[in-house]
Amino acid sequence: MPLALVATAISFILVAFLPGDAARSLAGQNASEQQLSEIRQDLGLDQPVWTQYRDWLEGAVAGDLGKSMVNRQPVTTQLNGRLAPSLSLIVGVTGVATVLGVGIGILGARRGRVGRVVDSGSIMGLAVPDFWLGLVLIVLFAVHLGWFPPTGYVPWRDGAGAWLRSVALPIATLSVPATAILARQTREAMATALDNDYVRTLRAAGIAERSIVFRHCLRNAAIPVLTVVGLVFVGALGGTVAVESVFAIPGLGSTAVQATANRDLPLIQGVVVYFTLIVIVVNLVVDCAYGYFDPRLQSQGAGVRPRTHRRVAR
Amino acid sequence: MMSAPLARLGRLCRRRPGGAVAAVYLLALLVVGLLAEYVAPYPIGRQDLGDTLSGPSSVHWLGSDALGRDLLSQLLYSIGPSLAATAEALAVFVGVGVVFGVAAGYLSGAVDAAVSRIVELVQAIPAIIMILVTLGVFPASVPAAMVALGLLASPGLVRVARGSTLAVREELFVTAARVSGVHPARIMRTHVLRRILGPVLAQASVFAGVTLVFQAALSYLGLLSSSAHPTWGGMIGDASRVISRTSWPLIPPGVAIALTVLAFGALGDALRDLAADEPVPTARRTARRRVRPPPGNGAGEALTAAPATLLEVRDLSVAVSDPAAPTVLVSEVCFTVEEGETLALVGESGCGKTLTALAVLGLLPPGVHAPAGYVRFGEARLDPDDPGSYRAVRGCGIGYVSQHAQASLDPTHTIGSHLREVIRRHESLSRKEAARRALELCEQVKFADPERVMASYPHELSGGMAQRANIALAIAARPRLLIADEPTTALDVTLQAEILALLRDLQRATGLAIFLITHDWGVVADMADRVAVMYAGEIVEQADIATAFARPRFPYTLALMAANPSAADRATRLATIDGRVPPPGSWPVGCRFADRCPHRTDQCIAGPIALEAADTGSLTRCVRATSLLAEGVLPR
Repeated sequence: MPLALVATAISFILVAFLPGDAARSLAGQNASEQQLSEIRQDLGLDQPVWTQYRDWLEGAVAGDLGKSMVNRQPVTTQLNGRLAPSLSLIVGVTGVATVLGVGIGILGARRGRVGRVVDSGSIMGLAVPDFWLGLVLIVLFAVHLGWFPPTGYVPWRDGAGAWLRSVALPIATLSVPATAILARQTREAMATALDNDYVRTLRAAGIAERSIVFRHCLRNAAIPVLTVVGLVFVGALGGTVAVESVFAIPGLGSTAVQATANRDLPLIQGVVVYFTLIVIVVNLVVDCAYGYFDPRLQSQGAGVRPRTHRRVAR
Repeated sequence: MMSAPLARLGRLCRRRPGGAVAAVYLLALLVVGLLAEYVAPYPIGRQDLGDTLSGPSSVHWLGSDALGRDLLSQLLYSIGPSLAATAEALAVFVGVGVVFGVAAGYLSGAVDAAVSRIVELVQAIPAIIMILVTLGVFPASVPAAMVALGLLASPGLVRVARGSTLAVREELFVTAARVSGVHPARIMRTHVLRRILGPVLAQASVFAGVTLVFQAALSYLGLLSSSAHPTWGGMIGDASRVISRTSWPLIPPGVAIALTVLAFGALGDALRDLAADEPVPTARRTARRRVRPPPGNGAGEALTAAPATLLEVRDLSVAVSDPAAPTVLVSEVCFTVEEGETLALVGESGCGKTLTALAVLGLLPPGVHAPAGYVRFGEARLDPDDPGSYRAVRGCGIGYVSQHAQASLDPTHTIGSHLREVIRRHESLSRKEAARRALELCEQVKFADPERVMASYPHELSGGMAQRANIALAIAARPRLLIADEPTTALDVTLQAEILALLRDLQRATGLAIFLITHDWGVVADMADRVAVMYAGEIVEQADIATAFARPRFPYTLALMAANPSAADRATRLATIDGRVPPPGSWPVGCRFADRCPHRTDQCIAGPIALEAADTGSLTRCVRATSLLAEGVLPR
């Protein structure tokens, strides 16, 4: 919760820095006096910043994030409609990257040469800008091969196949860096786990290598990997901003870009709130999962966030 | 004065060629960016509507865009402003990161707690959305976006700077400066800043790459000022609008961004190395050469196994797997373990006991291997070249217990889960039957409350209980031999006695043979039927237990008996052996104990010495055994 407070407070303080007559700069030079006072009232610009923030917070807690300055619609109504496309992407990316990244990481942990390939591959994956990669994928798979639609989003209720085809390329785009991060972290975590004394004990007891890797080491590597999965989820959330614009997907990210271009401050602030809430939920889920994977954390009391493990992330 | 850093730089270039290439590339980029006006083939923004969207040609090396602008020129004109923007973000990033990181690390306490909390909060929010908020307030402002990015990314650097500062803070000279009343700000300036320079530069380099990507993304989205200057991101944006006609204009700016980001990353890695100045391990894999004498050859001949021999080890060597320096760690060890007996392998730490045991099981750690040796268990030859040969033996033929009881158990599984897995691996039992057998094992190793132990995780057990669990695990598949590597060393004395008693009971009940590795002669006396004494990678004496204690036939064994605290006389001073065990790689050709032996003659260091039978029937590697016996040094 402090996270939500800090994030929104920062954005409010920024708004307070609006240079010159904020209302005029927002409405444009040709705005009438009536439009200007309307804007002032809407944003509460006639009040001190902290009053503005308090009023906005009171509204936010009640589920009212104000109205868009462009189309006068409530921010929540507008953003709720954009939630599904964004979540489709983020959840899809996290799933794909987790399966691929963990798989590649396990392979890389065990053999020297594969490990170096994983390392250099992951560096490449992180260097390529995601929006550019998205355009390249559009050229290859939509323009030339015609396998997927180049842009647009088909809601789930209009057919699962069409939905999948519409999100496949954006998910692939965002999965590249996410997989790169996860592969590298998994490789490190698995290499550490395989170095443990208990691995020798299990081998000496005749346990098959497959079980040692999957049943034992993977579970021990799960904590650092899980931390990174959480980061990948949040990273994909940030990635939607550019990638949704590339693929013309009406999600939170592309909405934020449009709102920025239109200087629709209530709407941008709304996106900040949505992003923050998603991050909070992800962190909660990750924290719960820690306890499942590591019995040592369970006995320390549920819900205590293992800060030391979080540190591993960067 | 200059030569030392230059030489260091030269070494670094050889060690990290990637970093050197990256530095040269970035330097070239900077120069070209500054000189773009003179280097670029066309003036900025020059359009040629008669020659649009052409591919690479002699006129346009990288082709032209939809307005007929030369892509190469556009690319070059973007460098300057782009690097300038990067510098703005870097200044904020480094300034904020270093100040807050050093303050948190040095002042600790409340400052540290507050900074850490803020860092955590800021890192949790995707930076891009806060940058969009900034751009909503300051439309299309590059400086605003860059300052925001620098601020939002600085927590990463705060962590690094904090960590480095903490490390420096604890160093003696800093403590000394603090104690002698030097002002904290001054200490930070002189000592801390110099030391954290490396990690900070490394982080800054990586962040420069991140900045480029953000700039590109924001220009692509049309959110940064579209003044006269082209940008890489803007070029990609232009290219995306003609994507259905041609895809070529996408390539140059995309590749330019990726290359530059890679270069910043590689430079960061190299800077980190330069700061740490640690040699990068050369990843040379060695071709495994296994020279094995044919069975029945060499010193092992004398020990050829009787029918009751369970484990036969002949001429087993262990060496470092490095062709440049193949240091031998264990040389040509021979011994046997008979059905139901206990053989103790005794020696100082570092003499190769554990490696010998692990080599038998084919479980040598990475980096060492067994270049020679013949190992037979029961009817089966155990061959490191054939990993399958161990499958029939590990667990069900030979059980293994190590010194580190707790670390030898998987922290994420209960004791019961460990046991059930091993049981079901070797016997086709149902879940229920396996659970019953696991409970039986827990009773066998005398747990007071077997049910509770089964449900416990390793961290919930005491050291002694964990070792019992390890023993239960080792005997779960009913092996005929138990290799126990210092099973009681990490335990306190009363627990030691309990564990040894447990091992004896198990041996009596199941006819288990035990190969016991220890440095403690008390344990040897307590447990062993026979003993093999190891010194500097080889066995120097082998005897049955009574003979070994009463009539040792090697001066080292004799000295060890005298140095044993449990056998020492209260009144006399405890005997010690002068000198140290020579480390692997510096073993003499002759007797390896010669340097420390008071009875050394030239004969001892003349050449290799074989293990030979003494008057007692023991085997000894002392060439002077007979004469020392005559001199009365060795007891009759």
